[in-house]
Amino acid sequence: MSSELLRSLWVATGETLYMTSVAAVLVLLAGLPLGVLLVITDRGGLWERPALSRVLGTLVNVGRSVPFIILMVAIVPLTRVLVGTTIGTTAAIVPLVVAAIPFMGRVVEQGLREVDAGLVEAAVAMGATRRRVVFGVLIPEALPSLVRGTALVVISLLGYSAMAGAVGGGGLGDLAVKYGYMRFRTDVMLGCLVVLLVLVQLVQWLGDGLASRFERASS
Amino acid sequence: MIELRGVSKVYGQGAHEVPALRNVSLRVEFGEVFGVLGQSGAGKSTLIRCLNLLERPTTGEVRVDGRDMLALGPDELRAARQGIGMIFQHFNLFSSRTVAGNVAFPLEVAGCSHAQIRERVDELLALVGLSDKAGAYPSQLSGGQKQRVGIARALAPRPRVLLSDEATSALDPETTRSVLGLLRDINRQLGLTILLITHQMEVVKSICDSVAVLERGRVVEQGKVVDLIARPGTRLHDLCYPRSVPVDAAAAPGGRRVELSLVGEHSTRPILTTLARRFGVDAWLLEGSMERVGETRVGRLLFELTGPPEAVDGALGFLREQGLTPRVPHV
Repeated sequence: MSSELLRSLWVATGETLYMTSVAAVLVLLAGLPLGVLLVITDRGGLWERPALSRVLGTLVNVGRSVPFIILMVAIVPLTRVLVGTTIGTTAAIVPLVVAAIPFMGRVVEQGLREVDAGLVEAAVAMGATRRRVVFGVLIPEALPSLVRGTALVVISLLGYSAMAGAVGGGGLGDLAVKYGYMRFRTDVMLGCLVVLLVLVQLVQWLGDGLASRFERASS
Repeated sequence: MIELRGVSKVYGQGAHEVPALRNVSLRVEFGEVFGVLGQSGAGKSTLIRCLNLLERPTTGEVRVDGRDMLALGPDELRAARQGIGMIFQHFNLFSSRTVAGNVAFPLEVAGCSHAQIRERVDELLALVGLSDKAGAYPSQLSGGQKQRVGIARALAPRPRVLLSDEATSALDPETTRSVLGLLRDINRQLGLTILLITHQMEVVKSICDSVAVLERGRVVEQGKVVDLIARPGTRLHDLCYPRSVPVDAAAAPGGRRVELSLVGEHSTRPILTTLARRFGVDAWLLEGSMERVGETRVGRLLFELTGPPEAVDGALGFLREQGLTPRVPHV
């Protein structure tokens, strides 16, 4: 592999990391509250709001059922409004975030639902406010599974970001398609795959490590 | 201290209505240990949750420590709940917090300072004998230790009332005894009123002053534990003294079958031999059992008196003179 191609690989990795990490932060910021709302507005929840719960549930299901490649082109107008362009790495972040928020919401919801209802009941019986029950009981108790879920979402973002690259977003996906596939450069293709593999492993390892640290603390 | 008046709770609506409590009224005096005894499905859990409004009654009135609970706004309700401790069958400890962190939780809710919290947590862990476990996590504790942490946590904000939701049902007999002993001590030392629900007669006998028996959502019996156990025909009496000999079965020729409850000092006298000596009757013991109810001994004897009719009558008269109420089933 020539030094020029190595440079491309280096740049592409940077772009992928940029897309994925910015998207991950935004997804976390939006997905956590969404997941909390999905849990507490449900019937028998801490803040029962059946109508809101249904609306959120439907939105999440719609978001989850649109294939990413279609979502990406379908929300082009939104992307244009938000970042002023529809091409490039920054533009690719918009569909990434939109696609992953519902996913993150469900992951958080599932984690929170695993928390024993008796703990919530105990906290309510002690006179805790809703806010304290959520931040003082639900989230700390669900922390290991929230961390694992986040790793899962970040890994999916890496995959999505490769797809976003294919339609002009840059990054490893872009490089792999343009050089590895279209110009029959197997070495570039392999290079991209290896970098992606390493990234996925890293995220998984980090997630597992953090999660089991939290678990060890409480067992 | 606690008063329920005409409390009903219905789950579901329309055709799916399931009544859990039907017109329940009960009264718990200040400083007493009050038991609600019932099988699973009798409505005990719903009843105890109606006191701190974890469940809202469909109809009726709930007063705790003079407050009309159903009239409280959200903030007032939270404040009232801080004055009502609760312990649970499965302990419900926060697994992400240490023992000290669990006990600290209600104090954080109450807005205490760090220094206050630390002092109070130390005090409570000493009270329940777990000072050395402050930094341990719940998963590192035995069942009995977990419940002690639960008790310390419930007592942290100095409640006036403690609710116990089957607190000993998940514990082995020995641990049950030690946890009940702790509850008894707390009740005495702190003057804490305790309402507990249980399906175990043992719990009622060992620490309750008063009891209400719940069946299919209704209170079918209520009163002092000793009185109810000593009175034949009550459910408590029957639970305490399961019968193997039918009381009304035909007696031996010329014999009279007699059933006797003995409470307190009566239980310490040699009644049968006294009858034999003074009236020349024979007493055939059919069934007998002595129970400790709190600090009182309560017993039941079923025996047959044989001898000349006037001697038997004399013996029965003597029992009545002693303040006993022998029951002589008509055959």
